[in-house]
Amino acid sequence: MIEVKDLTKYYNKFLALDKISFKVSRGEIVGLLGPNGAGKTTTLRLLTGYLKPTSGSIKVKKYNIIDDYLKIKAIMGYLPESVPIYKNLMVYEYLSYVGAIRGIDKKNLLSKIKSVANRCQIKDILEKDIGDLSKGLLQRVGLASVLLHDPEVLILDEPTTGLDPNQILEIRDLIKEIGKKKTVILSSHILSEVEATCSRVIIINKGKIVADGTPSELKEKYLGKTIINLSLKKANFDQVKNCFQGIEEIIAINLIEEKDDTLDIELTLKNDIREKIYNIIKQRDWIILEFSKKKTSLEKIFKEITTEN
Amino acid sequence: MQRIFPICLKDLKDYFYSPIAYIIISIFILISGWFFFSTFFILNQASLRDFFELLPITMSFIVPAITMRSFSEEFSIGSYEILATFPVKLNDIIFGKFLALCCFIFFMLLPTLFFPISISFIGNLDWGPVICGYIGAFLLGISYASIGLFASSLTKNQINAFIIGSLICILLSLMDKLLLFMPESVVTFFNYLSSNFHFQNFSKGLFDIRDVIYFFSIIFIFLYATNISLSYRK
Repeated sequence: MIEVKDLTKYYNKFLALDKISFKVSRGEIVGLLGPNGAGKTTTLRLLTGYLKPTSGSIKVKKYNIIDDYLKIKAIMGYLPESVPIYKNLMVYEYLSYVGAIRGIDKKNLLSKIKSVANRCQIKDILEKDIGDLSKGLLQRVGLASVLLHDPEVLILDEPTTGLDPNQILEIRDLIKEIGKKKTVILSSHILSEVEATCSRVIIINKGKIVADGTPSELKEKYLGKTIINLSLKKANFDQVKNCFQGIEEIIAINLIEEKDDTLDIELTLKNDIREKIYNIIKQRDWIILEFSKKKTSLEKIFKEITTEN
Repeated sequence: MQRIFPICLKDLKDYFYSPIAYIIISIFILISGWFFFSTFFILNQASLRDFFELLPITMSFIVPAITMRSFSEEFSIGSYEILATFPVKLNDIIFGKFLALCCFIFFMLLPTLFFPISISFIGNLDWGPVICGYIGAFLLGISYASIGLFASSLTKNQINAFIIGSLICILLSLMDKLLLFMPESVVTFFNYLSSNFHFQNFSKGLFDIRDVIYFFSIIFIFLYATNISLSYRK
């Protein structure tokens, strides 16, 4: 669907993007992740044709961004950060303006506005001034305006900044819902957001792609280790240590707490061998109080690969 | 081509939904009316000479005050980013905005028809020069609008856009008056560049195609410059 090759962008002498390449296929929700100033917005602006690349190429479907920019813009919907739309107009007026400029004919326009208003739940505010809307409603009006022409590719720059937690959840659900049928690329510096909404993550730092994959792929690749929390009754640390000694997948056994006859330990494993461990414990007469795999977050990976040097 | 009209319509709505449009139109009518009627009874002539005489100067301030928003505001609130990613050509955006300004100039000149109409009741008004003068006034207005549009495409600060636009307009308006001590050949050359020189032909009732060409050249040059300035932003 989208193919980016050796994309480079200089602002005067400042190198904002350094030869990045990636592909996005239809129906993916891709999250561009990176610290502030990493080049996320620049990448999105290049994809939408708002900026011209210094070198490199962007292809959307069969179209080239330089020669067929009108065709690409026609199948794309782009919502910049903080939804800059005209404060003087009513919501309905803005949507009809966007529809007209996108070339939707008058007969279909009304029904299209109704259907996006339903989807984004802005039916009741169609006759309000945009300037009077709250941040969350504004974001929904923005989403409605980019969905109006039924785009194949949606590009959203930090779609949840400045929203309260409830609004963030609502917008995320909306994006997921949209992503079932369309290709979505969104940028964010909030990790949990990307983890919650995206099927794939591209991490950018200082204008370069430093990681690319599904959230779980990234976790495996960059953390590699599985950490297990165990809480056992009727066991003592030495016993447990002896028991697990022979297994080569275990890198470390750490004691967290030993109180009365309960024992909390942490096992660091090369890979996930929970079954094996369970079988060993089963042979003893220890009682398992807790046996859980510690969730490793993208946060750790992100921190690791963006704070190098 | 059909994408021009939604842009034009949106800009017009934007102008007339905010009080600024009405304030600017009122100021325009007040200034031109005051200058006109304050000398009208002294001269005791049923003509619009004095109204047209000062028009280039008044418009040099009034027109950039309208046009300063065109692009500057879109830049500063960021909506230009959305506008530029619609499937429209850069020229369509520029023409759409220019067309909206032309409509605005038309609506601004419309109330001033009160002057000739009221004069025609008390004196014997020759309508020929009046109609010709109004055509000239409209051409002058829209050529200043193209200058203002260009100034507005340079910066996201509306005040700067106003100052730049006004300066260029004033320079064009006063050029023929600044040339008192110049040799004859230089004067003819700069006269041709002066908007006042061409506009005064209209106000005398002289309809010369060369004057029309002059105003259209100004419009073409500044709309083209706007295109360059916007392309440069990429």
